[in-house]
Amino acid sequence: MFDRLFEKDVAITGVGQSEVGRPSSKSATRLTLDAALEAIADAGLSREDIDGVACWPGDNNNGNSFSPVGPNALLSALGLNVNWYGAGYEGPGPLAGVINGAMAIAAGLCRHVLVFRTITEASGRAHDKAGSALTAKTVGRDTSYFWQWYTPYNVISAVSFMAMYAQRHFHEYGTRPEQLAQIALTCRRNAALNPKAVFRAPMSLDDYFASKMISTPLRMFDCDVHCDASTAIVLSRTDAACDCRQTPIRIEAIGAALHQPWSWDQISLTENAAFDVGRMMWARTDLKPKDVGSAQLYDGFSILTMFWLEGLGLCPRGESGRFVENGSRIARNGSLPLNTNGGQLSGGRTHGLGYVHEACMQLWGRAGERQIAPHKIAVAAAGGGPLGGSLLLARE
Amino acid sequence: MSRKLPALTIDTAPFWQGGAQGVLQIHYCAGCHRFFHPPNPICPHCNSFDVSPRPVSGRGRVVTFTINRQAWTAELVEPYVVAIVELAEQANLRLLSNIVGCDPDAVAIDMPVSVTFERHEDVWIPLFERAADV
Repeated sequence: MFDRLFEKDVAITGVGQSEVGRPSSKSATRLTLDAALEAIADAGLSREDIDGVACWPGDNNNGNSFSPVGPNALLSALGLNVNWYGAGYEGPGPLAGVINGAMAIAAGLCRHVLVFRTITEASGRAHDKAGSALTAKTVGRDTSYFWQWYTPYNVISAVSFMAMYAQRHFHEYGTRPEQLAQIALTCRRNAALNPKAVFRAPMSLDDYFASKMISTPLRMFDCDVHCDASTAIVLSRTDAACDCRQTPIRIEAIGAALHQPWSWDQISLTENAAFDVGRMMWARTDLKPKDVGSAQLYDGFSILTMFWLEGLGLCPRGESGRFVENGSRIARNGSLPLNTNGGQLSGGRTHGLGYVHEACMQLWGRAGERQIAPHKIAVAAAGGGPLGGSLLLARE
Repeated sequence: MSRKLPALTIDTAPFWQGGAQGVLQIHYCAGCHRFFHPPNPICPHCNSFDVSPRPVSGRGRVVTFTINRQAWTAELVEPYVVAIVELAEQANLRLLSNIVGCDPDAVAIDMPVSVTFERHEDVWIPLFERAADV
C-alpha cells in the first residue's frame, strides 16, 4: 500500500513544556518560549540549528485562547531563521504539526523542526465562558461549512457529539458507565504522581458518579480540564539526530488517514477517524500492537480514549469497556499503561503534544516518580470525530 | 429557545426553507439514485452534478442522542435533546437535530420520529418529534 515511508527519516530529539497553569500568570508568548527553549536545549541544540517551525492549529489571528500563538509569532519572538514553517487547523488533528514537520524534514526542507502547541483556555474562560463555543466561531449567521449544520440545534460544545458517540457505543457494545469511568480514574491516579498535573487529589468511583452530568451519558469528569500551557517537540532528520544529546526516538509510523466525510455526524459514530488512522499506522511498520509498552491516547473526552484503544488495535473492536474494566490493564503496572501523566482529564488540556511529550519522557526513562517499566515502543494518538492522527514511537 | 441561524446559500436554502411548504428537502443524485446530506453541488458517491433537493417523508428513527444538561449560555433552557436521526428513505441517510415535544427521558435509540419545523426569520429549522411506530 505504501512504498515510501517518510517518517523513518525523522526522530524526536528533544521535548519541553512550560508550567501548566490554571491559570498561568505568564503570557501565551512566554509560555511558548519556555517550552520551545526547553525543547531546543533538551535536544542539545541551539536556536541557530532550528530551521523549521510547525504547529497545529496555529494562530487564528484573533488571540483566541484555543490557539493564541502560531509559528509567525514564535519565530519572530525567538529570532529564528527558518527554511520552512507552517500551521493550520485543517489536518489530521492535534498531531498534525508533528506530521507536517516530519514531512518537511523528509522532503529536504529542514533538518531540525520545532513543533509546538500553546493553549490558554484557563485564562480565556475566566473572561468569556463561551469563548470556545462552536457558536462563537462565526459572527451573526453561521457561515461555516460544517458548524452551520450543528449550531442551529444548540450544539454549543463538542461534548454533544462525544456524548452521542458514547451513547451509541453503550448501545451497540453494552459498554457501561462504570467501565468508562476507568479512563478518568486511571488518569487521576497517574496525575497524583505528576507535579504539573492540574487535578491531583484522589478520585473514587463515587466521586465520578457524583460529578455533574453534562450531556448524557458524559459527566464533568469525562471532560478534560482547561489549562494554560505550551508544549514543544524538536524533530530532527535521523542523520542529524546524532548531533543531539538524547538517544533519538524514531517516528516508526504515522497514522493520518480519513476515509470518511470530514463531519461530526456523518462519520462512523463508534469509530470516528481512529480506525482509519490505526489501519494506516500499522500498515507502515512491522511492529504489532502487542509491542506497545505505553499508550498516550487522547482524552479530551473519556470516550475518545476508548475509540483509540479499539482503533489502534490495542483491544478488539467494541471491547474497550471490558478492556478497561477495573482499570488493571491500563494501570501503570498493567499490560498497557495509559496516559501516564494524568492525560488531559486530570493533567490538563495541553491538547495533543502533551501525549507526545509524555511518551518521550517515558521512553527516555525521565518520568520521575511516575516512570513505568522500561520499554522501547510507545504510541501517541490525538483527536476525536473526524480529527485523528497517531505516532508510533521507538527509542533506539 | 434561541438558536443561531445558518447563512443560506443556493446549496443549503432548500434544506432550511423547505419547511415553508411543510416538507423536508434532502439532496438527491439522479446519477446513482441516492440521497446525501449535507447538500452540495456534487454527489459524494458518484461525483455526478445531476443533483437536486427532493422532498422526503420526514420520518426516521433516532440513531443516537444526548440529553444536554448544561446551560452553556444565559439564553439556553436545559435540558434539551440533541440527536442524530436516520431518515426512512435510505440507510445511513443521517442528519443532526433536536428531539422536541416529549420528555427528554423518553427519548431512546431506534425511537421513530417525524419532522416538524420551527420558523426563525427566513429559516424553518427541521426538528423531530416522537412518532407512532410504523
